[in-house]
Amino acid sequence: MQPVFGFRENAHTADWELEVWAPDLATLLEQAARGMYSLSGMQLVAGESQERSIALHAVDAESLLVRFLTELLWVEQEEKLGFDGFAITVEDQCDLRAELRGSTIASLDKEIKAVTYHNLAVQTTPQGLRVNIVFDV
Amino acid sequence: MVTLQDLKRISDYEWEIPQSFRPDMRVPVRLFATRRMLEDVANDKSLEQAVNASTLPGLVGHVIVMPDMHQGYGFPIGGVAATRLPDGVISPGGIGYDINCGVRLLGSQISVDAAHPHLDDLATALNQFCPSGVGEKGVVRLTEAELEAVCRQGSRWALRQGFASEADLRRTEESGCVEGADPSKVSKRARERGRPQLGSLGAGNHFIEIDLVERVFDSQAASVMGLEQGTLAVQIHCGSRGFGHQICTDYVEEFQEAVRRFGIHLVDRELVCAPLSSLEGKNYLAAMRCAANYAFANRQILANSARKAFEQVLAGKVKDWHLHQIYDICHNMGKIETHVIDGERMQVCVHRKGATRAFGPGAPELPDEYKAIGQPVLVPGSMGTASWVLVGTSGSMEQSFGSTCHGAGRLMSRHEAKRNVRGEKLRQDLEAEGIHIRAGSMAGLAEEAPQAYKDVDQVVEAVVGGGIARKVARLRPLAVIKG
Repeated sequence: MQPVFGFRENAHTADWELEVWAPDLATLLEQAARGMYSLSGMQLVAGESQERSIALHAVDAESLLVRFLTELLWVEQEEKLGFDGFAITVEDQCDLRAELRGSTIASLDKEIKAVTYHNLAVQTTPQGLRVNIVFDV
Repeated sequence: MVTLQDLKRISDYEWEIPQSFRPDMRVPVRLFATRRMLEDVANDKSLEQAVNASTLPGLVGHVIVMPDMHQGYGFPIGGVAATRLPDGVISPGGIGYDINCGVRLLGSQISVDAAHPHLDDLATALNQFCPSGVGEKGVVRLTEAELEAVCRQGSRWALRQGFASEADLRRTEESGCVEGADPSKVSKRARERGRPQLGSLGAGNHFIEIDLVERVFDSQAASVMGLEQGTLAVQIHCGSRGFGHQICTDYVEEFQEAVRRFGIHLVDRELVCAPLSSLEGKNYLAAMRCAANYAFANRQILANSARKAFEQVLAGKVKDWHLHQIYDICHNMGKIETHVIDGERMQVCVHRKGATRAFGPGAPELPDEYKAIGQPVLVPGSMGTASWVLVGTSGSMEQSFGSTCHGAGRLMSRHEAKRNVRGEKLRQDLEAEGIHIRAGSMAGLAEEAPQAYKDVDQVVEAVVGGGIARKVARLRPLAVIKG
């Protein structure tokens, strides 16, 4: 039986496609972030703790997802920080507040250029929510 | 889903998805490929993505797809689409995140025999002089004012700083500077990403390669370019780095709202667009041109670094170690061009995403020395396989908005490549074939394995057979540097 939340990589000829599922939108966003970090092979420096707060507004759940992951990419590329602790709340599918805990990136295998909107749709399933995200690499 | 049965055969190398295939198509889709190549792409979403692209407002002629096509996001890779000015749209996703990703080819008088004992040192020197890898900073750290100058001047800025010659600029698409760039349309984040990265290769499928000019097919064109059989050449493949990625990200986000305002219905949100005559469309075009000029300057600085590497290794060991520019072309661009469509001469915005401009003989945009032969087209293969130098034809002007293919095109997903190929084993195999490899990541190397790509020779046969390019020379890799 499939766990209630998680992610896996799907085949995509040129880029990376991540399938993510979760019981609610906040968990979906957290799993998407963990999946994105996993795809890029991110390793964090052990024994260090840094915190960041993020607040975002978007027009719908898909835009919120793209904006959240894009924000994490920005912090990854400009501050060399990654996160493994997430406390996320979402209101009305449009407003996000996230308290993130993590550390400096020790190593990164692959660079993600961007989070795309390609065929992006957060779908409701009997188990919760599911989405496929294509990253440009 | 598009199947092979939906395609109308025009010739052995040209196929069409008629406009009647789906009610929302505004123009037909024209594919340059052999039947066998179409069978290969039937399992991914290339054809469906081409049909989706054909729904954009203001399209003229056909949506064109090249034989190196493969699934992308929004547009397929290998896609070309032209929208009519002033009210046709411009789509950031139809150009891509790596704005003006492109290829530069440098030629030399260095014979492969003379260079052979030094190839390993050349690979090491190129790797040292040309920063590469994930998030790697560039040769130059720009101030805000310098970044603005790069945005406006492209390779002209590099010339003023001593990184280029007049001949380099003359032999670059757009002479290395697209007019109309406006840095005020670029976000603070894009600027922050752009300042430290100029003169860096990046990672992914970007590379620097030392090649042998293995065979010349058109001696007159090769002679004009300065390509001689048995000599070394250098290819540089990269784009606008994080600067371009951020500009595209910013405008894809902004256009999500714009399409609602303009009442544009989309089948895929990555196809967001705005009329070229709108403020949003003009702002994106001005910002995209900044990234295009940044990419021209980036490849120019890397070419200068490659020249330094060659000098360090070969000075005093060979007679002439200079690398001269053959041409520099763009793969991911939106450009305002004039074309004849259905007998009418009109200004259009040509979106090329994973496709190369390939203007035929006589085009006024070409430098004088290339006017008789047509524009050089550089078609890199994969590590371990050939690359090609072609030229544009009158056929490309008539059939494909002066465009042709851009590479081998992926066949295998990155996931599958990583599962089937071990990076270290691949490196050893390529070294055993006499190809010197420098790679920042073995996982990255595995993803770019030759078996993950189509046969570039077949891609070239298809564009030549379709009449949208002509062969000049075939190159064989001797050393590959990847981030």
